[in-house]
Parts: sequence; structure tokens; C-alpha cells
Amino acid sequence: MFKSWQPFEWIVAIRFLREGRLQTVFIVAGVAIGVAVIVFMSAMMTGLQSNFIKRVLSAQAHIQLLPAREVTRPLRIGDAARVGELEGAIVQPPLQRLKSIDQWQAVADQIRSMPEVLVVSPVAGGSALVLRGSASRAISVSGIEPDAYYRIVDLRDKIVRGTAQLTGGDILIGTELGTDLGVDLGDKLRLTTAAGATSTLTIAGVFDLGNKGANAKSTFVALHTAQSLLGLPGGVTSLEVTVRDVYAADSIAERITAATGVEADSWIMTNAQFFTAVSAQTTANTAIRFFVGLSVAFGIASVMAVVVVQKSREIGILRAMGISQVQIMRLFLLQGGLLALAGSMAGSAIGAGVLMLWQRAAHNADGTPLFALVLEPGLFITALLLAVLTGLVAAFAPARRAARLDPVVAIRG
Amino acid sequence: MADGTLRERPAQGVVGDESRPVVVQLHDVHKAYNAGTAIETEVLHGIDLTIRRGEFCAVMGPSGSGKSTLLNIVGLLDRPTSGSLSVCGEETTRLDDGELTRLRGHSIGFVFQYHHLITAFTALENVMMPMLGAAEFPNEAMHSTAAALVADVGLTAWRDNLAGNLSGGQQQRVAIARALAMNPALLLADEPTGNLDTKSAEEVFALLRRFNGEHGTTILFVTHNAAMADRCDRTIQVIDGCVAG
Repeated sequence: MFKSWQPFEWIVAIRFLREGRLQTVFIVAGVAIGVAVIVFMSAMMTGLQSNFIKRVLSAQAHIQLLPAREVTRPLRIGDAARVGELEGAIVQPPLQRLKSIDQWQAVADQIRSMPEVLVVSPVAGGSALVLRGSASRAISVSGIEPDAYYRIVDLRDKIVRGTAQLTGGDILIGTELGTDLGVDLGDKLRLTTAAGATSTLTIAGVFDLGNKGANAKSTFVALHTAQSLLGLPGGVTSLEVTVRDVYAADSIAERITAATGVEADSWIMTNAQFFTAVSAQTTANTAIRFFVGLSVAFGIASVMAVVVVQKSREIGILRAMGISQVQIMRLFLLQGGLLALAGSMAGSAIGAGVLMLWQRAAHNADGTPLFALVLEPGLFITALLLAVLTGLVAAFAPARRAARLDPVVAIRG
Repeated sequence: MADGTLRERPAQGVVGDESRPVVVQLHDVHKAYNAGTAIETEVLHGIDLTIRRGEFCAVMGPSGSGKSTLLNIVGLLDRPTSGSLSVCGEETTRLDDGELTRLRGHSIGFVFQYHHLITAFTALENVMMPMLGAAEFPNEAMHSTAAALVADVGLTAWRDNLAGNLSGGQQQRVAIARALAMNPALLLADEPTGNLDTKSAEEVFALLRRFNGEHGTTILFVTHNAAMADRCDRTIQVIDGCVAG
């Protein structure tokens, strides 16, 4: 029994949907499948992308400031009559020698004062030869200030033996390099640079970066150790920067370059191919979601059109008993909205369930989940709202047709 | 006869009592379908008709003579092509759809040949429907009015049955109860007995007669049954789109 506080349209809409039970179940199932696909794809793609980005950014800074590159400036002929003419036709590109960023402390302070910047860490990096008995390996040496650098690339998480702490005589090496040279914690390594500088360092820790090549090549030492080894007293070869919004790194890098005059590369630029793949994936995902949404809308619209034809006699009699066109319109809009709401609720639950199952089943090579399971309420609320909106829009044309039915014609059937 | 005059039957109490207020007044009402086109068909040719409060009028005439069109126009479901129509003292010609709907909902009840109940609802809920749509009644009043009407038509035992599960006669009685739910001044019954067996038809006619007598509801009753028409206060013959005298 209905109550007077229940609006007429609600009561009749729900009864009509209940009366056409099978039809209602089919369209709700259709909407549910569509919404489940959208929820599943959205959450999985978000999880996958954030996982990929996390992996990329856990091994590099968001922005890297580098010293200006050496450029060749061709000599010009000084004769006033031949101004602009070059002295030689062939211009050889210059060697890029290791050099420091000018006034890097001032530049670092300037960047730190930017509100969008989180961490600035100086790095003195170069290459060296590591010797152990008759074995030698070419390595890259990164001189870091651990406190700042670990906030960008947290080596502490990647240490498999020893410690991540660095003093002047310490070095951190990768697992592959340790195996190649037959060394482990506490052993000493002799590093020699191309300029002839040498230094003997003690292995304080062994890390695993998850990449065989990186584990064979990368080493970390204290900043001042690298500076003296590489012949860069007081200098740094890069400033590593992290920012609050990783996706704004490009524009922040441009602002840094504009403000400091130092070349700044964002992780987006240095991983352009990765980013192209991510944006292509996002576009494909959006297109699929759009067409799934469109098919849901057409499904609801076609069912509502059929319902209007089926119920035309009832519409006529309702109009005869004083029900207004607006009430009839609301009655059918409501049915579209309710179908979409029920379908989207079921679809959200199905999507979440499939996501959880998929997340348990799909793993990376290292055994970690393929994607992070992030069931954000916002996704479900958005899916519900969009589905209801789609239902209302889809039901609009049939509802208007119902409202405009001539009661005489409708009653006659 | 297509002369637009009214054939009066002997007065049975209310007919001819000019002190009673006019419920329906048609003046020179024409109705044409596809007006202004090459296939324009005029079905009502200048109807003049006055019906006063409490009259029980039979509307008779051959099929296609315009009875249903006349009823639809009086019931504000259709608009005349020209002429004027007032219902319950309100001139309707210039009212918009919303105003016509309001007037129809509050002043006119309909009973059709086929009951046209909403099968998704019970008998009682069908009777409550016009009150629910008007959204003017407290729950208790809505429920008690509907229950009283269902009792009046003798269906208390079936009031919670879905409309589709009732017999033809029962459904028509529910349709009458529904038509009276808003206590309308005018009840239009378009061949309400045409689809019923003799016994059920008599019961429905008796019910209408009783409501007419007890509540003073004005009733226009379309029928092909001359015996029933004879028992009405007045018979209006519609022939070839005119009220015959």
C-alpha cells in the first residue's frame, strides 16, 4: 500500500518496473555489465599507470638540472668586407667534459624556495674503473648527500646487505657488480678515473635496483668523495629535484630554466616514449568507456521506448484522471534513472569484485601485483552519477513522447 | 436527425429543473479532424447542449455518429475546432493543457468500455490513484475515501487483489469507484456496460444510478442499450454529428 508522502511518480515508476520484471532485469543486467566494464577498466588502468609511474619515479628525480652543454662556436672572418662568412666549412661537435653547474648552491636555494618543489639534491656523477685483483669493471659513480637523495630515490629500500649510510670512505654497489668482482660487505675497491685520480673505498652496502644492468654499473658514494675522485672540487654535475605534482614536472622544469638559466629536464621529457604509450593507453581506454556508455544509453532508451508503447493505454487513463504531462514525463524519466541507478550499483559491485580477483591473479615478474588495487570512492560515485545522468538523458525522448501522447488516441490503443 | 435539436424524454425529477446549476454547456461546437487539410473530416456539426447538476443522461446513436468525440470534448480530453464549452461554470476554450488537466482531474470522472485499470496496482490502489496524483490528500483521508468507495461498489473482499485478477464486472466496478474518487461533478461513462454480461451490466448500471441519486453526480452514459437509456432521466440522440431532437 502506498503512502501520500511517496510521490505519485515514484510509486508508479517502481510498480511499472516491477510489473515488467523480466524486461527490467535484462536492462539492469545490461547497464550493470557496461558499468562494470567502465569501473574495471578505469580502476585497472589507473592502477597500472600509477604503478608504472611509481616504478619509473622510484629510480629517478622528477626534474634534473644539468650544466650547460659545450657548443662549438665557429670562427668568423674578421674582415669587415666579408662579415658573416665562416672560416671553415666543417664544424666539429665539441667534447662534453665533466663540469659543474655554475653557482649550484645558489641555484639549489632558488629552486628550494619554489612552493611546488619538495626536495633538491645535488649529485656529482661520472664514470670510473673499478679494480679488484686482475678484474676490472667500468662503473658510474654517483656522489650524493644521502639525507636529501634518499627522499628522491630511496636506496634504503633497495639495500639487500649492509647499510645505506655513507661516510667518506664508503661505497654502495649493486648485487651484480659484487658477484662480478667477487666482493661483499667490508671489502675494499679501488676506483680510478680517466684523469688518473684514484680512491680506495670500503663496501658499506649492496643494493638491488631490480635491473641487472643497473646493478652491474651503478655505485653510490658520499658527495665530497665523488667530487675529489672526479676532479670537481665543490662542484656537482646535476641537481635532482622532486615536485608535488609529478604531472606538472614539464611546466615546472620550464619555469626553473627560465628562473635560473640552467637546463632542466623533466621525467616526462626523458621518458617521452613511456609517456606516449601511457597517453595512447588513456585515449584508447577513454574511447572504450565512451562507447560502452553510449551502448548503455541506447539500451536504456530502446527499453524505455518499448515501455512507452506498452504503457500507452495506462498513460491515456492517467491523463484522463488528471495526471499532468509533467508528471507523466517525470514518471518515465524516473524509470530511466532508476534502471541506470540499479544497473550502476550492481555494475560497481561486479567491477570491484572482478578487480579484486584480477589483482590477486595478475603479477609482475618479481611477484609484486601487476597493479595497485585502488578502489577510490570517487570512481564509484562518478560511475553512479554518470550512469544516472545517462539514464535520464536516454529516457528523455521516450518520456517526452509519453507526455505528449494524445490521451484519446492512447486510451483507444 | 441532423438539425442540432435535443429530443427530450419525460422528466424524471431533475430534468427541466432550471434552478439547478449548469454543469456542461456546449454552444455551436464543431469538431473536425485533420482540420485545414484536404482530408478534413468534420464529425460534430454545431452542437448545442446544456446539462444540469444531477442529471443522468443516456447518450445514444449509431456507431460513428460522434458520441465518443462528444464525450471526449466534454471530458476535456479533446478540444473543439470551434464553438464554446464550459464545464462546471468554467469556460474551457482558452485554457491551456495544464489548466484543462487540473479541471479534468477535479471535476470529471471517466468510465470506459474497457475498464483500463492499471494492472500493476490492487483494486484499492487503483481507486486511490487520482487522489495520489493530485497530491492534495493526507494518507488517512486518501485511504478511507478509497476504502469507502470500494465498499460502495461491493468489492471490499477483493480490494487487495491486483486489478488484473478481478472479473470483468468487478473491474468495471473498480473503474467506477476510481472515477468517483475525486468526487467529481460530472461522470462520463463511455459504454461501460458494453463489454459485460447482462447481470454485470445491470449491476454497473444500478451502481451508476445509485451514485447519481445519492451524491447528485451528473452522469453522461453512452449506451446502445435502449432499455437502460429508458431508465435514464434524459436521452441525447447523436446522429451524424448532431444532437437529434
